[in-house]
Amino acid sequence: MLNNIRNNDTVLMSLIVVMVLAAPLLLAPLGAGYPDLMQRFAIFGIFAVGFNILFGLTGYLSFGHAAFLGVGSYSAVWMFKLLSMNIIPAIILAVIISGLFALIIGYVSLRRSGIYFSILTLAFAQMSFNLAYSVLTPITAGETGLQLALDDPRILDAPYEAGQLPTPGLFGLYMNDTWTVNFIGMELQFNVGYYVCGLLLIALFYVALRIFRSPFGMMLRAIKTNQTRLNYTGVNTRPYTLAAFVISGMYAGLAGGLMASMDPLAGAERMQWTASGEVVLMVILGGAGTLLGPVLGAGVIKYFENIFSRMNDQVVESWFLWMPEGLTEFMVAIVHPFVGKGWHLSLGLIFMAVVIFLPGGLIEGANRIIGWIGRRFGSKKTDKSGEAPAPAE
Amino acid sequence: MGILEVQNVNKRFGGLQALDDVNLNVQENTVHAIIGPNGAGKSTLLNCFIGKLIPDTGTVMFDGKSLLGLKPHQINQAGVSRVFQTPEIFTDLSVIENTMIPAFARRDGAFKLHPFERISDEKDIRARAEEMLVNVGLGEKLDTVASAMSRGDKRRLEMAMCLVQQPKLLLLDEPTAGMARADTNNMIDLLKRLASEMDITFVVIEHDMHVVFSLADRISVLAQGHVIVEDEPGNIKGHPKVQEAYLGTTAH
Repeated sequence: MLNNIRNNDTVLMSLIVVMVLAAPLLLAPLGAGYPDLMQRFAIFGIFAVGFNILFGLTGYLSFGHAAFLGVGSYSAVWMFKLLSMNIIPAIILAVIISGLFALIIGYVSLRRSGIYFSILTLAFAQMSFNLAYSVLTPITAGETGLQLALDDPRILDAPYEAGQLPTPGLFGLYMNDTWTVNFIGMELQFNVGYYVCGLLLIALFYVALRIFRSPFGMMLRAIKTNQTRLNYTGVNTRPYTLAAFVISGMYAGLAGGLMASMDPLAGAERMQWTASGEVVLMVILGGAGTLLGPVLGAGVIKYFENIFSRMNDQVVESWFLWMPEGLTEFMVAIVHPFVGKGWHLSLGLIFMAVVIFLPGGLIEGANRIIGWIGRRFGSKKTDKSGEAPAPAE
Repeated sequence: MGILEVQNVNKRFGGLQALDDVNLNVQENTVHAIIGPNGAGKSTLLNCFIGKLIPDTGTVMFDGKSLLGLKPHQINQAGVSRVFQTPEIFTDLSVIENTMIPAFARRDGAFKLHPFERISDEKDIRARAEEMLVNVGLGEKLDTVASAMSRGDKRRLEMAMCLVQQPKLLLLDEPTAGMARADTNNMIDLLKRLASEMDITFVVIEHDMHVVFSLADRISVLAQGHVIVEDEPGNIKGHPKVQEAYLGTTAH
């Protein structure tokens, strides 16, 4: 059984490594192989993986994690303004500051559980959002958003060419450097920024995997199941939940720092409650408490947001051109509300279907399909179906 | 000096005097039963031992230290474990995981940040948990999810979870409640064996007189929040005050 878990982990890690490294090739046929979107896949993947450490393991549903994302972004941009355009100090500061924020917010919010905890985190996040727009304008630049300026000190960097804003980089590589390769008729774009995000996603996925398999992770799962019993078992649950909260806050801060590294500006709208809600959707859609689920959920939601939202009626019409003329128009009229500006409708329907029919998320769906195929075509594996469901695939 | 000394404990809920000047002296390595009719205050008394309730007045001393004002996890770390009336277990986790958690809590204390150690490397903890599960008769069900077990097995699991911590004092709240006769007898045998094998003091709350008289070294009878008799089992059955409390023969 323990060997089994180790093997599963190797499979999981290989899967994520291949997915991340080959993303430009895998996503190009789906029309999603451009750097901007791939960066977002990886960044929101990190955000969701971190959120899952809190929500998936302990069951504490935070509605304020976008605050840490925003704090990370602001920290990173300040580092670009003051110190250097190298992304390493920016990301380190983003993680530290968001970790401190998470410590404070978590310390207060975790005095309550259930819905009261969720409301407290939501209140804190909205507070941060509104402060960023008002009182904290000197730090956040309010509505314009925090941007680079020509007269920033950047004490570590050599002076730049006059009149040109610098781009974030990593020892000579710039985040927006892209190599385009033609491959069987497709244009594959290999972008430095994406691979920075992707490698971090792999590393942080591994960290999450180790947490899931550690005694610490087991304590967190025990908190989700029966916190009372854990208290009467001699465990002080408060520091465990706080540690999980801070870790997930640091993941969010790192994601925010990466966002700013890809595009060096930070705005308060990143902290809005809709952004906090989005990561909850990602994790639930993919499968809360599973390892791969959050990455998958983040991918699906970002894909919808960026690809579905751009499909207009011409695109839809081209799908149905083979039909008789009247029918084509009829089909376009039916599909119209679900694409383009109506992409939220499709996403909402998919989300409802997943929550109702696959409470374990897309990962549960994938497991069922694999199980079905296994039973159908490989009689050898049939005895496995009687096994207890693995808590984290 | 007993291992658990309860003196003049009072607890009032609104107009109800749940515990009325309760005194209790539990000797080390004995089985001490607390019996009494429904509503006598047995569970309230137990809740005062584990930090779930704080008595209005009185003292609860365990092993020479006061338990009052300590948090539940501190009381457990001091050596007191409890089996609840309805099994409190980690229903989503497997039987072996359920038992490894208390073992970790005993070894690592109330909190330890160890996010990068692997559970699969914790061979000692696993071996201890397995040994205890075999001991209570769950050796075949290590990988079963706890929620899928029968009530009797859940209770056994909870016993294993408490015993793997090697507590000094184990509180059992109606360990045979809702069990079939055969299961009850198995549980009695198990408890008897554990009492003789391990250095544990048991405090048992029980309705079932068959269980009480098979196990207890000493019995306290609680009625209306008050200890009316404390004596050896042989002297309890025929005691007029006990008869009165159970049968309600009001001898005015």
